[in-house]
Amino acid sequence: MAIDYQQKIPNNVDLGNDRRLQRALEHWQPRYLDWWQQMGPADFQCADVYLRTATSVDAKGWAQFGHVQMPEYRWGIFLAERDANRTVGFGDEFGKSVWQEVPGEHRAVLRRLIVTQGDTEPASVEQQRLLGLTCPSLYDLRNLFQVNVEEGRHLWAMVYLLHAYFGRDGREEAEELLHRHSGDADNPRILGTFNEPIEDWLSFFMFTYFTDRDGKYQLKSLAESAFDPLARTCQFMLTEEAHHMFVGETGVGRIVKRCLEVMKGSKSDDPEVIRKAGAIDLPLLQRYINFWFSSCLDLFGADSSSNAASYFAAGVKGRPDEAMFADHICKDSQYDLSVPDGAGGARIETIPTRNAMNEITRNLYIEDCQKGVTRWNRLIKKAGFDFEIKLPSSRFRRSIGSWANLPIDPSGSLLANDVYQNCLAAVLPSEADRAYVHSLMKPVTEPGKMASWIAAPDRGINNNTPEFEYVKLH
Amino acid sequence: MTVDRDIITYDRHPDSYRHWALQVDGATAILTLSVDEDAGLVPGYKLKLNSYDLGVDMELYDAVQRLRFEHPCVKSVIITSGVERMFCAGANIYMLGGSSHEWKVNFCKFTNETRNGLEDSSRDNGLKFLAACNGTTAGGGYELALACDEILLVDDRSSAVSLPEVALLGVLPGTGGLTRVVDKRKVRRDLADVFCTSEDGVRGRRAVEWKLVDDIAQPAAFWERAKAHASRLAALSQRPEQAVGVPMTPLNRRIDAAGYHYDTVDAQVDRDNRTVTITLRAPVQPPATDVTGIVAAGMTWWPLKMARELDDAILLLRTNELDCGVWLLRSEGDGDLVLAADAALVEHQDHWFVREVTGMLRRTLARLDVTSRSLIALIDENSCFVGSLFEVALAADRSYMLDLPAEEGEPPVIALSQMNFGSYAMVNDAGRLAARFANDAEVMSALQQKLGQKIDPAGADALGLVTFIPDDIDWEDEVRLAIEERVSLSPDALTGMEANLRFAGQENVVTKVFGRLSAWQNWIFNRPNAVGDDGALKLFGTGSRAKFNWKRV
Repeated sequence: MAIDYQQKIPNNVDLGNDRRLQRALEHWQPRYLDWWQQMGPADFQCADVYLRTATSVDAKGWAQFGHVQMPEYRWGIFLAERDANRTVGFGDEFGKSVWQEVPGEHRAVLRRLIVTQGDTEPASVEQQRLLGLTCPSLYDLRNLFQVNVEEGRHLWAMVYLLHAYFGRDGREEAEELLHRHSGDADNPRILGTFNEPIEDWLSFFMFTYFTDRDGKYQLKSLAESAFDPLARTCQFMLTEEAHHMFVGETGVGRIVKRCLEVMKGSKSDDPEVIRKAGAIDLPLLQRYINFWFSSCLDLFGADSSSNAASYFAAGVKGRPDEAMFADHICKDSQYDLSVPDGAGGARIETIPTRNAMNEITRNLYIEDCQKGVTRWNRLIKKAGFDFEIKLPSSRFRRSIGSWANLPIDPSGSLLANDVYQNCLAAVLPSEADRAYVHSLMKPVTEPGKMASWIAAPDRGINNNTPEFEYVKLH
Repeated sequence: MTVDRDIITYDRHPDSYRHWALQVDGATAILTLSVDEDAGLVPGYKLKLNSYDLGVDMELYDAVQRLRFEHPCVKSVIITSGVERMFCAGANIYMLGGSSHEWKVNFCKFTNETRNGLEDSSRDNGLKFLAACNGTTAGGGYELALACDEILLVDDRSSAVSLPEVALLGVLPGTGGLTRVVDKRKVRRDLADVFCTSEDGVRGRRAVEWKLVDDIAQPAAFWERAKAHASRLAALSQRPEQAVGVPMTPLNRRIDAAGYHYDTVDAQVDRDNRTVTITLRAPVQPPATDVTGIVAAGMTWWPLKMARELDDAILLLRTNELDCGVWLLRSEGDGDLVLAADAALVEHQDHWFVREVTGMLRRTLARLDVTSRSLIALIDENSCFVGSLFEVALAADRSYMLDLPAEEGEPPVIALSQMNFGSYAMVNDAGRLAARFANDAEVMSALQQKLGQKIDPAGADALGLVTFIPDDIDWEDEVRLAIEERVSLSPDALTGMEANLRFAGQENVVTKVFGRLSAWQNWIFNRPNAVGDDGALKLFGTGSRAKFNWKRV
């Protein structure tokens, strides 16, 4: 019996005529669905969720909205349109034609990069699987599920690359992506951060703002790859990733807005007063930001990295928006890296630019993180309050790179060890903070209603109102 | 110290380890590697990812020595890592990339000897080793594991064992990796070919199927499994249930411009003539010959004291006196006291301490065998090349024995003891006498007849135990000419020639490591494809890719 692949798995990779890919996916897809049932959002598999589905990559097809049960979601395989004239944009192969097949010499590296990226996608679904039970509104619940199904699709995208280009190894790696589980001591996800459960919505918004943004910068770097199918896959994933950033930025923004409403109403900025009204106070928010931002910086890797250098040289992974840089070869150029001077300050160490690619990407990420913070601060200022949310120093609480494991406070100053321990207790979420946030996590499932700690969104999804029934629970 | 340069020394003590922790728990010890990345032996690199340099290996050597002597009841040792998800990434690449050829080769030789020492102790002294690879096990990290009796790998779906040298660095896994994979672990050669060209290596179930590891365990069950394996290995050991260890006291050593001086060993360095004269001294007092006395003497018991001092002298000369290519081996003192010590080594060979002393002598003599220096034994007046000390003369590339006429004084003698018949296997598992005479049964039986007898120069010549026996009139000129000729020859050709002539007969894993593997590695280490400006080893980590000369040689 002929299977309509286009209907079952929307794609622009000619799946209907690719027997090798069909065979691989027919084996993998049932396992993926099992995984989704077991490890995906708990208790909501039968709910009708107003989701966006991509059915093609053009303007009309990439955002089709409608209510759908998540296991029925059509996880598709899409690559951005191919540019037949595309050439390698950086490194030693600059200017040559991009690769449509994996060159043997870069096979291991590319497979590792794809597996590492792919591993984070299902990991975040697993981390967030219990969040639906405590949603602050149906609107937010829908956004959570949209993020989840898209992370699922991103896994598909990486699995497509593994299946289509990496032979038996690729198929095995694709299986492994479903066997590792977030937080499973015996089969952990590859990156440490992705093994911590996300138990409350404030953390979820932090994750989508900070951690997903790391994902965005990794994708932007891979979107430059000389391996064209990887580049095109990542380009399309970025259009979806933008929604995750939106969920994070507006989520935190709505928490700030709600807090400001309470502050204005009570004419007080006392956290006690704010909390009595069931809102989240700004100092607590700042402590969560201190935690999440500093956790995410390590995801970019060491500030001087031989791996990053060889990825760049080979053309497998570039810098985000490579075109905006003047020098795409970076063969003899140097980078001034700030490293500890051993006396509490910093000194400049000159390293080859190619080794500094992680640091360059991290700095772009930090700039990008700052944009939302600036918008949140604008809300606070406009409301007439004197409080500024600040990103901690990039030297704060690092575990990787030259600033790793130094007693440095959020302003970047080196402290004595005992002072540092006290400082950490004051600037990171305390047990009491976490308990308070936890106490707020009560489900709100009436259309249009919001939990006490978050303001309604300015507008709904796809021109619907915030009151729209985004998730139909049964 | 009155020398005008930094001398590298090998003395280490657990109190000041930077990279290893030694923890003893009953019959099992745990050696944990947590490399301090800022504590490299020489400046210029960071020891990231639990990678090692010579300094890290010096501590490992010290720790294993202490297990041998200070912890006689330890029967199995778990070697593991204190770094999360990283067992060991092998030798530090930046250290290798920035090192001179001589440094690399000396480093590899010492690390090889330390790993061979693990196998030596397992085979002959019942100290069993388990590599508990609790994370990524790459390159030299896997080679360390290969030198253990068994390998347990964590099955966390990402930690793999790998030998990425060929793929990543354009060199070989030079610390026994290639050899042990096919020879010791009997990995099928085609699978080994796949494994040794893969950057990522092999993990989990497949690593067991390919015989790259013995067992895998998931993280939660890993320690329990490691301990179970260690207990099982301990049960194979003949080490004692109860015994008091012998503390490893520091060596009494003085270094000055003239050389390296110890109580029983003296190395006089003649930099102008590029020679070193190493003099071994017999006991001054009769050595203890009963077990209580021997253990009470401990580190001062002459056979052990001499072995430790000679071992240290070999290491220091190799590392610090590169130009002195000819070592003249002398001895002096009362040979009867050496034979008395030998008799005690034989009589108490089942006692743990005596067995460890024999092991130390065996490994030290083996270290001498694989030293890339010309070795010439000078058996002159007052010498005492008898029994165990005669092994040193047998290790030499050639020997000169002074044929002093009776009217001119007492001619030197040599003598064989039971210790010359099989106690000190060379790296090819053969005794030096057996190897010297191609294991000729007739010759060996004739030599057995001479056991314990004093053999004069003519007798030694007739038996083939020495090379030349110049008389007192010729001696000085003969010896001078031999030395002058030797120091004038190409050091490279000599190293190659000596390594080929010293180990006649059978091959084994270790001879292949020191022969085939090291020789190819040292050739590759000199080739532009590895160390030229565009070579893979040179460029590793810079972001530039190697440019190979594609000609196959």
